[in-house]
Amino acid sequence: MGTTTIPHTETTAPVAPTGVWSWITTTDHKRIGVLYGVTAFIFFLLGGFEALIIRLQLGSPNNTLVSAEVYNQLFTMHGTTMVFLAIMPLSAAFFNFIIPLQIGARDVAFPRLNAFSYWVFLLAGLFINFSFVAGPLFGANGLSVAPNGGWFGYANLTSVQYSPGPNIDFWVLGLQILGIASLAAGFNFITTIINLRAPGMKLMRMPVFTWMSFVTQFLIITAFPVITIGLVFLLFDRVFGTTFYNVAAGGDVLLWQHLFWLFGHPEVYILILPAMGIVSEVLPTFSHKPLFGYAVVVYSGVLIGVVGWGVWAHHMFATGLGPIADSVFSASTMLIAVPTGVKIFNWIATMWGGRLEFKTAMLFAVGFVSMFIIGGLSGVMHASPPADLQQTDTYFVVAHFHYVLFGGAILGLFAGMYYWWPKVFGRRLREGLGKTHFWLLLIGMNLTFFPMHFSGLLGMPRRIYTYGADLGLNTFNLISTIGAVVTAVALLVFVYNIWASRHDRETEANPWNAATLEWSVSSPPPVYNFAVIPTVQSRLPLWVADGVTPATQPSVPPAPIHVPGGSHWPPLTAVGILIMGVGALLHHAFLPSLITALFGLAVTVVSIYRWAFEPFEV
Amino acid sequence: MSQAAAAHYTSTGLDSRKIAFWTFIGSECLLFGSLIATYLVYEGRSVSGPTTHDILNIPLTSFSTFDLLMSSLAMVLALAAVQRGDRVKARVALGVTALLGSVFLGLQAYEFTHFVREGLGFTTNLFGSTFFTLTGFHGAHVFVGVVWLTTLLVRSFQGKLGPEKALNVEIAGLYWHFVDVVWIVIFTVVYLIQTTPIAGT
Amino acid sequence: MGRASIRYAPAARWATVVALGAAVAVLTACSGDSYPQSTLHPLSDQTSAIDALYRHVFWWAVLVFVVVQTTLLVTLIRFRNRPGAAEPRQIHGSTLVEITWTLAPAAIIIAIAIPTIRTIFEVSGAAPAGALQVDVIGHQWWWEFRYPELGVVTANELHLPQGRPVALKISSADVIHSFWAPRLSGKRDAMPGRITRLAFTPDSLGTYLGQCAEYCGDSHANMRLRVMVSSPADFQAWVTAQTAAPAPSDSTQTLVLAGEDAFEKIRQPGNHSCIACHTIAGVSGGVIGPNLTHVGSRTTIAAGVLPNDSAAIARWLHDPSAVKPGSLMPTIDLTDQEIAALVAYLQSKK
Repeated sequence: MGTTTIPHTETTAPVAPTGVWSWITTTDHKRIGVLYGVTAFIFFLLGGFEALIIRLQLGSPNNTLVSAEVYNQLFTMHGTTMVFLAIMPLSAAFFNFIIPLQIGARDVAFPRLNAFSYWVFLLAGLFINFSFVAGPLFGANGLSVAPNGGWFGYANLTSVQYSPGPNIDFWVLGLQILGIASLAAGFNFITTIINLRAPGMKLMRMPVFTWMSFVTQFLIITAFPVITIGLVFLLFDRVFGTTFYNVAAGGDVLLWQHLFWLFGHPEVYILILPAMGIVSEVLPTFSHKPLFGYAVVVYSGVLIGVVGWGVWAHHMFATGLGPIADSVFSASTMLIAVPTGVKIFNWIATMWGGRLEFKTAMLFAVGFVSMFIIGGLSGVMHASPPADLQQTDTYFVVAHFHYVLFGGAILGLFAGMYYWWPKVFGRRLREGLGKTHFWLLLIGMNLTFFPMHFSGLLGMPRRIYTYGADLGLNTFNLISTIGAVVTAVALLVFVYNIWASRHDRETEANPWNAATLEWSVSSPPPVYNFAVIPTVQSRLPLWVADGVTPATQPSVPPAPIHVPGGSHWPPLTAVGILIMGVGALLHHAFLPSLITALFGLAVTVVSIYRWAFEPFEV
Repeated sequence: MSQAAAAHYTSTGLDSRKIAFWTFIGSECLLFGSLIATYLVYEGRSVSGPTTHDILNIPLTSFSTFDLLMSSLAMVLALAAVQRGDRVKARVALGVTALLGSVFLGLQAYEFTHFVREGLGFTTNLFGSTFFTLTGFHGAHVFVGVVWLTTLLVRSFQGKLGPEKALNVEIAGLYWHFVDVVWIVIFTVVYLIQTTPIAGT
Repeated sequence: MGRASIRYAPAARWATVVALGAAVAVLTACSGDSYPQSTLHPLSDQTSAIDALYRHVFWWAVLVFVVVQTTLLVTLIRFRNRPGAAEPRQIHGSTLVEITWTLAPAAIIIAIAIPTIRTIFEVSGAAPAGALQVDVIGHQWWWEFRYPELGVVTANELHLPQGRPVALKISSADVIHSFWAPRLSGKRDAMPGRITRLAFTPDSLGTYLGQCAEYCGDSHANMRLRVMVSSPADFQAWVTAQTAAPAPSDSTQTLVLAGEDAFEKIRQPGNHSCIACHTIAGVSGGVIGPNLTHVGSRTTIAAGVLPNDSAAIARWLHDPSAVKPGSLMPTIDLTDQEIAALVAYLQSKK
C-alpha cells in the first residue's frame, strides 16, 4: 500500500478505486467524510431511539416501562451518544468533505491521519455501545452494563465505591479513545486551513463555514486535553486506587467538575460553531445576497471561542462558589450573549433585501436562527446565578440545551445535508419530502421541548426516571412525549427521502448557484477535486467577475495529477488502540488485562512505525 | 504553475508537519497545565503520609534537571550536524541525547522506587497521586522521545538521515525541547517551590 | 408547500408568543397548590428575591424574543421570492448597523447584570444572627436533618417555624446530592467533604415539597423531602416531642412489644439487623439509615415516596428495593407476623 500515481491519459482523468477494501484503506477526505456522515447518522438514530424510550417512560407519572437502572443508562448513553457520537462526527463529516474543496485544496494536510481519526471514532463508538450487551462477560445481573453516571459523570458517584461495575469503565475508556480521534483531526484541519489554501485564498476570503470550523478545531485541541486529564484521574482512581476524587484522603469532588466543565463549555461551542458556519453559507446562497457583515461574523465566532473559555463555572452555580465567583462567571456568560446575538442579527440582515428561495436547506437554516434565539434567551436566563439556583438541574435546562443543540446544531446540520447532498452524492434529496421532514421536525421539536420550560420551572428535576403524580407535571410531560413521537416520524421521513432519491441524478456543478469554491467542481467532485488549483481573487469567487481563475474547471486535467493511494496502517493503528482499551477494561483480571493491553500496544506501535515508513506522498 | 509545484504549494511556505507539530505542542501545554494545576490545588492537603518536605531530594533532582538540559544541547548539536550532512557528529549527538534522556529516566526510576520504600506510593495520599501522575506522564513523554531518537539514530546508520531529512530531526528536537521545558516547570513548581502544608485542616 | 407554509408561519409564531404570555399569566394566577414544587410561587424572602429577578430577566427576554422573531418573520415574508423579482442589491455590511446592534444588547445585558449581582449577594447563604441552625446531610437516598442547638435528629421532613430565618449547613455522607425545596429556597449541592449554606425565612404556614436535584444514583428520583412550616408555638411543641424520650411500650400492647422484640433481636447474615443501621433512642445507635426514634410522627416514609401508614410500612419492610431501586436497606427475611409487629412498633414511635 502507499503511493499510487494514477496515470494520466488524454482521454481519461484519474478515478477513485472501488470495492470494500478501498473504503477501509481510503485516505480521500471525501470518502472519509461520507464514512463519518453515515456512521454518525446511525449513532444519531440510536441516540434518538434512547430518547424516545426516555420520553415514553416519562409520558405519565410513576410509569414502569423501564426500570430505574435501565433509565439511568438510557439518559447517560443518550447524552454521551448525541454529543460525542452524533453531533461532533456529523460536523466532522462536513469538515472532511467540504473544507478542502472550499479552500481550493486537493485533500487535507495528513490524509492518513484523517482516516485514522475516523476509524478510532468508529471503534470507540462500538466499544461504548458494546456495553449494552456486555453484562454476562462481567458477571453482571442483567444483559446491559452501559454507562449510568450521566454524560457528565460527576465524581464521586463514578468512583469504584459507588459505581462498582464496569459501566463507568466503558464510559471513561470510550471517551479517552474518542478524544484521540478528535485531537488528531484537530491538528489535521488546523494545518490544512493554515497551509493548504489555494493561491489568493486569504484567511479573510475563506467561507464562514471553514472559518467557524477553524475556530472549532482550536477549541478541540485545547479543551480535550483537560478532560483527558480529568478522565485519567478517574480511571486511575478506579483502577489503581489513587486519591484524586477520594474525599476521605482529602480529595475534592469539585476538581472533577472544574476539569469537566473547563472542557465542557468549549465543547458546547464545538457543537454549535460548525452549524453556525453552515447556516452562514446557506442563508446567503438562498437569499441571493452576500453574508451581511462577514468580518463581524468571523470575529464574533473567534470571540465566542475565546470567551467560551471563561464561563465554565456557570455550570456550577449551585455548588456554593461564593458571590464573587458567581458574579464573575455570570458576567462572562452574559458577555458571550453579545457576539452570539450579533451573528443572529447579521444573518437576518443577510436575508433582508434579498430574494428568498425556501428550498429545504433554507428552511432548516431559518429554523436554526429562530430556534437558536429561543435557546439563547433561556441561556441568558441561566446566566443569572440566583435565577439559576431554581433553573439548574431542572427540565428548564433540558429545554435550553435542546433548543440550542437540536433546534440549533441539528437543524443546522440538516441544512448542510440538504445543501451539500448534491455535491457529495451527485443527486438531490427530494424537496417535497424535505419540506415534510422540516415541518414535522420543527413541530415535533417544539412540542417536545417547549413544555420543558414549564415543567422545569414548576419543579421537575433532571435525570429522574419517574415523578410524582401530584406535582402538576403530567400534562407537560405528555405533550413532550407526543412531540418525541412526532420527531421520530420526521426522522423516518428523512430516511425515506434518502431511499426514495437514491436513483435520482444531478448533473450540475452548482445547482443552487452558490458562491464558494466547492461549487466550481462537478457533483460529485473528481477524486482529485480540482483539475487546476484555482487562484482566488474574491470572497465570493463564483459570484464576482474574475473572482477565480480559471473561471470554470476543465473536465480533464491538463497535466498528470498525483492522487495518493490508500493505506491500511491507519485503521490498524486504531485497532491497536481499541485493544489497549479492552485491556484496560479488564483491569479486574490482572494477567489477561496486562497481556491484552501489551498486545494492543504492540499492534499500535508496529502500525505507527509501518505508517511512518511506508512510501506515501500527498 | 505546473501541477507538481502546485501540489507542494503551501500558504505559509512552511512544511505542514512543522505546523501540525506546533499545534500538538499547544495541546500538550494544556495537558501538562491541567496536571500541574491539579498538583498545585492539592498541594499541602494530604491528610496523611509523606509529603514534599519529607521526601523530595533536591540535589539529586537538580542533577537530573542538569542532565536533561544538557540533552537539549546535544539535540541542538544533532540537528545542526544533520543539516550540514555531518553523519558522524549527527550520530554521536543523537546518541548522546538519547543516552542523557535514558539517564534521566534511570534517575527517575531510582527516585520512584526510593519513594515507595519510604512509604510514598501512587495511592498513599494526594501528594503521591498527583506527584506520580504528573512526573509519570512527563517520564512517559521522555521515554517516547528516547524511542524516537533511537529510531532516528538507526535511520542515520542506515544512511537514511541526510540533510534532506533534517525536518524530521528538527521536529524531534521541538518535541525534546518541549519535554525539557515542561520538566523545568515541574522542577520549579514541585521541587523548588514547596508550600507549607495547611495546618489544622 | 412553500408559499402556503410560509403564510401559516406568522400565525405559528404569534401563537407561540400569545401562548407563552398566557401560560405565564395562568401559572402565576394558579395557586402554588396545583404545583407544589413550583419556583414561580415563592414563599420565602429568598425565593421571592429570586422570583423578582427572574421576572425582570424574563420580560427583557420576551422583549428581545418579540423584536427579533418579528423582524425575522417580516423578513421572510417581505423578501420571499416572487416571479419576476429583481436581483437584490449586493450589500456586504454596515459599520453603523453593527455598532448599534452590538451596543443595544450590551445595554440590555447591563440591565440584567446589575440586579443579578445585587441579588447574588442578597441570597448568598449568609444568615442573620439568631437564625435557626439546621444541618442537612444527604444520603443515598434520604435526607438527614439535625438541629444542633435543639438536639433534634430526624429524617426527610424538615420542620421550621414561620417567620424565623433558618441557616442550613449542607453536606453529604456519600455522593453529591442537592437540597431543593423550590417554594422556599433555590437549590444547593450537598457534597461530601464540603459544607455549603442556604439561608431563608419561610413566610407562610404549610407543607412544601422538594426533592434531590443532583443525580446521585439509582433512586435519585425517589429522594424526596417535605418542609413543614408551622407557627412558632407549634414548632416548639414539635421540638419538645422530638427531644422527649420515647414512652416505654405499654405492656398491654402485645403487638408493639413483639415488634420491639423483633427490632432489637433480628440478626441475619451479612449484618442484616435493624439495630445495625438505625437509631431509636435508648434502643440502638446505628447511623447508616434514618433515625427512627420518632418515625411514627412523620407523614411519609422512604424519603417521601410512601405515606406513613401500615400498608406502606409493611410493603417497605417486605422488599425495600422494590420501592426504591438500589436501596441500601437490604431485604430482610421477615415473616408476615414479624412485619405486622414491626409496623405496630414503628407506628408507636411518635
